[in-house]
Amino acid sequence: MANNNIKEPRYHIVKRTEISAKEAWIIRIVAILAALVVCAIVTMVCTGDNPISIFTTIFKGAFGTQRKTWITLQYVAILLIISLALTPAFKMQFWNVGGEGQVLMGGLAAAACMITLDGKLPNAVVIILMVITSILAGAIWGVIPALFKAKWNTNETLSTLMMNYIATQLVAYFTIVWEVPKGSGKIGIINQNSNVGWLPNIGNKYLLSIIVAILVTVCMYIYLKYTKHGYEIAVVGESQNTARYVGISVEKVIIRTMLLSGAICGLAGLLLVGGINHTITTTISDGQGFTGVMVSWLAKFNPIGMIFTSLLIIFMDRGASEISTAFELNQSFADILTGIILFFIIGCEFFIRYKISVRKDVRKENA
Amino acid sequence: MKKFKKVVSAILAASMVMALAACSSSADTAETTNEATGTEAVETTEQETETVAASDVKVGFIFLHDENSTYDLNFINAAQEACEAAGVEYMLKTNIPEGQECYEAACELADAGCDIVFADSFGHEDYMIEAAKEYPEVQFCHATGTKAHTEGLSNYHNAFATIYEGRYLAGIAAGMKLNEMIENGEITEDQAKIGYVGAYTYAEVISGYTSFFLGARSVCPSATMEVTFTGSWYDETAEKEGANKLIEDGCVLISQHADSMGAPTACEKAGVPDVSYNGSTASACPNTFIVSSRINWAPYFTYIIDAVANGTEIATDWVGTLQTGSVELTDLGDAAAEGTAEAIAEAQAAMEAGTLHVFDTTTFTVNGADLTSYMADVDTDADYTPDTEVITDGYFAESGESFRSAPYFDLQIDGISLLDTAY
Repeated sequence: MANNNIKEPRYHIVKRTEISAKEAWIIRIVAILAALVVCAIVTMVCTGDNPISIFTTIFKGAFGTQRKTWITLQYVAILLIISLALTPAFKMQFWNVGGEGQVLMGGLAAAACMITLDGKLPNAVVIILMVITSILAGAIWGVIPALFKAKWNTNETLSTLMMNYIATQLVAYFTIVWEVPKGSGKIGIINQNSNVGWLPNIGNKYLLSIIVAILVTVCMYIYLKYTKHGYEIAVVGESQNTARYVGISVEKVIIRTMLLSGAICGLAGLLLVGGINHTITTTISDGQGFTGVMVSWLAKFNPIGMIFTSLLIIFMDRGASEISTAFELNQSFADILTGIILFFIIGCEFFIRYKISVRKDVRKENA
Repeated sequence: MKKFKKVVSAILAASMVMALAACSSSADTAETTNEATGTEAVETTEQETETVAASDVKVGFIFLHDENSTYDLNFINAAQEACEAAGVEYMLKTNIPEGQECYEAACELADAGCDIVFADSFGHEDYMIEAAKEYPEVQFCHATGTKAHTEGLSNYHNAFATIYEGRYLAGIAAGMKLNEMIENGEITEDQAKIGYVGAYTYAEVISGYTSFFLGARSVCPSATMEVTFTGSWYDETAEKEGANKLIEDGCVLISQHADSMGAPTACEKAGVPDVSYNGSTASACPNTFIVSSRINWAPYFTYIIDAVANGTEIATDWVGTLQTGSVELTDLGDAAAEGTAEAIAEAQAAMEAGTLHVFDTTTFTVNGADLTSYMADVDTDADYTPDTEVITDGYFAESGESFRSAPYFDLQIDGISLLDTAY
């Protein structure tokens, strides 16, 4: 009888001790399939449209034509570069949520070169200066919170976040300084006729960012996995005390890593302004400084894995906007679908770390 | 939505079949009559092929926001109306930012077989020009832009309307309301202060609020105005806060040039009469809505579809007017004062007759002085160089012929005070 009074829940959650890569992937695939099923149900209930045609449209939106494929790859490239930039910081347990600001500062530096040096220096010199200044600007924007963290142990989440707002306001200020026509609050395409400071087209206008992204991915993979710096980042991330014990200067690692993180964000800003948009706006990085955090975490800080996670997010995003065009649905519907899919993908990580075990019926055993 | 689309496509398909049938039968008759009267028959067949060609035209539209923005909704409705009336295929792309995305959206529409690509937002212009260079056989049309007349591209066009005339008429409605409030003893003559929520300190906005104010002052001579700027074309919170601030500041009537429902809803809550923009807000604000001016884009869309179907040139700068049906006022709301309709009709008739000019230089002063000459920055450049004399026959020639379609009135006239110009 006493046994009956002990209330044991029917289900309980157990942390998995280990899980094979194969099992983990099965869980992920099941999650994506489940997400698609839920999307299909939501689509049918809300709109009455055929879910299969919605999914075909999502795919067409990302890869429907040659141009769409190139654009998708270019978007992946930019998101990937930003995600890669954030990765070493996060691996070090330094919460760099300032990617947005670092990208903006890189972009602002590039735009400043394009606007102020037009007609004063040869195009090649302008481009070289743009590369140097934007990488530098991103690095400076990244290293300021790192210095504060290293010297006075300030909270880096707060300071990197606040640096975003400062960067946005700086860009807003310069937008007014450089606006054309007067009062319009927009700069428009910079040097539209002279093309000074436009990064060169390699093959086609999309390829440059893609090549840069591949290079950064490979370098970051090697840097994190095979270099002394990469190892130090991992140690600092695991435990700062351990790092100090084995003689790693934690301060030095933090500053060095954030210089790198900011510099790569600055590079992304350079590509956005000099290579793609040829203008600067406060929304040019479009929240990718934050999306990059998700890309990086979902891939467990593995640069190769990030290719797939960034592709997935861009694919959904592009597909979603195609839905709103093809079915004349509001953009919000596409956002709902993206939300459902991300919910399942992030949620499945729970099932990779934990399993649910069902209680055996105790009363039967007693009887 | 699907059902609606099915019905529409069924109707379109049916009408196309009918058109084809009509075409072939008339072609037959043309052949038979050909022997008798040669020239006439040729003409009829030509006309028939033109109508067939019209339904082959495909139009792509690019919108900055979606139907939640009053500005974009106004374009979306006109696009659907014009395309369905002409029986042509169309594609809508909403939420396209003012960046490279616009270029890509324009290229995608061109790739998808559109003969005309239209974009609705000012900041889309440079990206439309880039796309126009790449697709010389596709016509690119852009509302509110300023560069078509200097860019020298035969397939890139700007369009706007003399909305300042509509604003002036809406201003009369506002002035009538102020007079009513003065007569009822709600306010004194000196308190007849209008509040205006503007987006940017850009000519299009300045032209809009100035014409609105001149309209109001033409019936209520003691009227003054305060303008606040939000620094965004669409920012519901900022527009609401802007309107509230103006109301607290003693403004007894509000109007706006920004694209959300922020200002009208703030007015409804505070019980302050409101002249809205881009379309009627009577359903959401039944107690305070007076009237709204808007540009009806359907005439322009019909014009460009016809031009492409007939192979004629589209004007580099097209200016819609009261006569083309491009400038409209909505029905008056319950808050409008008595006699408003008559006063508006009278002014509109005078405008159409050419006896009333909105920016008549005898009706306003700048820094206390009359305006006799003004060089405006009509050709857009980074240094804002004034390049064109725009005072002709005693009035400021806004959106004037042979100048450009988009507004360039950027004078600060006396009686209007500006707040928050630094956003």
